[in-house]
Amino acid sequence: MEFKVPKEAYTGNVREIVIGKGEKTLKIGGENILPLHFFDDGVQPNPPRFALEVLDMVPQDWPDFLKEPYLDVISDPIKWAKKCEEYGADAISLMLLSTDPAEKDTSPDEAASLVKRMLSEVRKPLIVYGCGDEKKDSEVLPRVAEVCKGENLLIGPVQKENYEIVGKAILENGHVAIAQTPLDINLLKELNIKLCKFLPPERVVIDPLSSALGYGIEYSFSIMERVKQIGIITKDSMTMMPIIANLGGECWKTKQAKEEKNQGLLWEGITAIALLLAGANLLVLRHPETLKLVKETLGGNKIWN
Amino acid sequence: MPVSGSELVKLLPGRKPCKDCGFPTCFAFAMKLATGGTTPDKCPYLSDEVKAKIEEMLAPAIKLVVIGTGENKVEVGNEEVVYRHEKTYVHPPGIAILVSDSESEEKVNEKIKKVTELKYSWVGLTLKAEMIAIKNDSKNKDRFVSLVKKIYESTDKALILISDDLDTLFSARDICFDRRPLLYGITKENIDSAIPKIKERPTPIGLKGDSIEDLIPMTKKLKENGIDDAILDPGSKDVLEAIRDQTFIRRAAIKQGFRPLGYPTIAFPCFMAKDGIKEILLASVFVIKFASIVVLSDFDQYTLLPLLVLRLNVYTDPRFPMAVEEKYYEIGEPDEYSPVLVTSNWALTYFIVYSAIEATKIPSFLCVKDTEGLGVLTGWAAGKFTGDSVAAMIRRSGIEARIKHKKLVIPGRVARIKGELEDALPGWEVIVGPREATGIGAFLPEFVKTLRK
Repeated sequence: MEFKVPKEAYTGNVREIVIGKGEKTLKIGGENILPLHFFDDGVQPNPPRFALEVLDMVPQDWPDFLKEPYLDVISDPIKWAKKCEEYGADAISLMLLSTDPAEKDTSPDEAASLVKRMLSEVRKPLIVYGCGDEKKDSEVLPRVAEVCKGENLLIGPVQKENYEIVGKAILENGHVAIAQTPLDINLLKELNIKLCKFLPPERVVIDPLSSALGYGIEYSFSIMERVKQIGIITKDSMTMMPIIANLGGECWKTKQAKEEKNQGLLWEGITAIALLLAGANLLVLRHPETLKLVKETLGGNKIWN
Repeated sequence: MPVSGSELVKLLPGRKPCKDCGFPTCFAFAMKLATGGTTPDKCPYLSDEVKAKIEEMLAPAIKLVVIGTGENKVEVGNEEVVYRHEKTYVHPPGIAILVSDSESEEKVNEKIKKVTELKYSWVGLTLKAEMIAIKNDSKNKDRFVSLVKKIYESTDKALILISDDLDTLFSARDICFDRRPLLYGITKENIDSAIPKIKERPTPIGLKGDSIEDLIPMTKKLKENGIDDAILDPGSKDVLEAIRDQTFIRRAAIKQGFRPLGYPTIAFPCFMAKDGIKEILLASVFVIKFASIVVLSDFDQYTLLPLLVLRLNVYTDPRFPMAVEEKYYEIGEPDEYSPVLVTSNWALTYFIVYSAIEATKIPSFLCVKDTEGLGVLTGWAAGKFTGDSVAAMIRRSGIEARIKHKKLVIPGRVARIKGELEDALPGWEVIVGPREATGIGAFLPEFVKTLRK
């Protein structure tokens, strides 16, 4: 039996999605090979990208070694976002945590005006995550969409409870939606089908939830791997969207990450590498050192330019 | 590529039903063979040649190789799939620390101490590294042999012996032969002179090539000489090459049924990365991308744990949710006025609730109800987290003897079982807790005040 190099070719193609506008744009997705499978037939035109996360309020439970890189800017989200640019983030992910009724219950107007100001000050594209409370998000996110009309923000989470109101605001104001479902591939497809009845699939990014190392990462890993394969191998239109892995918050919530700096960086770094290898196109991190370490580990300049 | 009964039946004699194998027909026998329920020697009419052919067809796509003995035995190979969601991965990679015979004695002792002593308990399991790789950098045979002897005698870890010099390698092998060490790395240049030595006392052999193609004639040669316990190193130079090589080897074995590459692999992040953290990150790529042994130059208590947890997570069987034992768990040092909470036995639920309680620093009892690995709400929907069954668990658990109050906190998501549970547990008050574990931080400090009045 002769050895035949087991190269594979696929039929599907992840949609290429642009976020931001003008000079501050970022392309994600567009590949027709599995993650980093440069040896198969096809291309991955855009490398996985990294965003750093900014909170709209001073974080309460961060360990010192996570606050340290942001120490002088941590009470000013806009300065904080600029710091993230200095650290090499491809995008800024603004988490509107303070809008949570269990936090400060910040009003939709106040939240939207912060996004607007940040938009005028930073040079990288913006991702805006609501607090996750589907009711509050359905007031806050449409307001953000309106106030930043035409800016092509990446906005989420759009969930099954609020997809109509949030999705429509995203459509009407020219943004991209983050469709979020809880670790279930059927729910994920169902939400995408519902959303795509009125939103073009080119305006949807998938967030299947990113569990941290030791806290369910195997579920996120296998769901992302399957989503990517169903899209690329079987050409299922409703899974051929880029995947976002919003993992920083999940990792730094764990006892192990908070315990010691290297353990924390590895907790976030290994989670990022695992989800990137599973198929994430855009990863949201918290520690700038993690960003640097992950990029250097996975091929340095070979793939990140 | 699992072989089917209908392929095997073509090789069987097809005589009139003789039933000598114990099955009614050749086809029934073939079906049983394909699923591993019987062996070809049960048919008395097969030639040795056909028997060998059938055995070859039935062999797993990736050879099972065992390195080491006893508690630190590392079994690798036998994998059946490329991606874990297709079924499951079965044999987690061995993790090794590398010591060199040109390192100071102090350094070597420190590493041995680390690999022996670092153990972590994690969801009821003990996580640790199982292997020590010993490298002959000194080019001095006596030095290497005496280091191997020392490590062999002072630890029970599985051993990997690394030397370019065959005489040195086999002399060291002779010392620790009964531990089943892995000998690394035999190359295309020295394999012919190595084979007679290997045959004297067979142990697993690590083959080192400059490419995948390099490895093929080597495994064939070993096999012709009756040696089948091989571990492959395709010599990948960087992480992208490594992903390619590991993927091609796995695909060749599983999807093409290409026997000469149907062996486990070894990876050396220790020679590829420049600093400690990056080395662990690189190792995590190999844990995910199919390596069966991962050799690290060094680690400490904080850098080893994340890698061991990743290995556990990736090799968890996705067909069965991980579950923890049904009982009450103590968090901190609870006393008779400490809170009692209940949750389901899905490991993830348990773990998240446990961590949330632990973070409050309030000593508590956490009762875990067996829901066969379902979360609280799905467990309730499946009838495994009902008022009656939770009550029965509380009584069985013996928690009542540990406390002076009778207040039980249930997850907010199953508030509806409160009435039924109170009926089934006379004398108890059932308190509806937060819907999410994240709410425990706000809930518990207030609740605990009501217990100590």
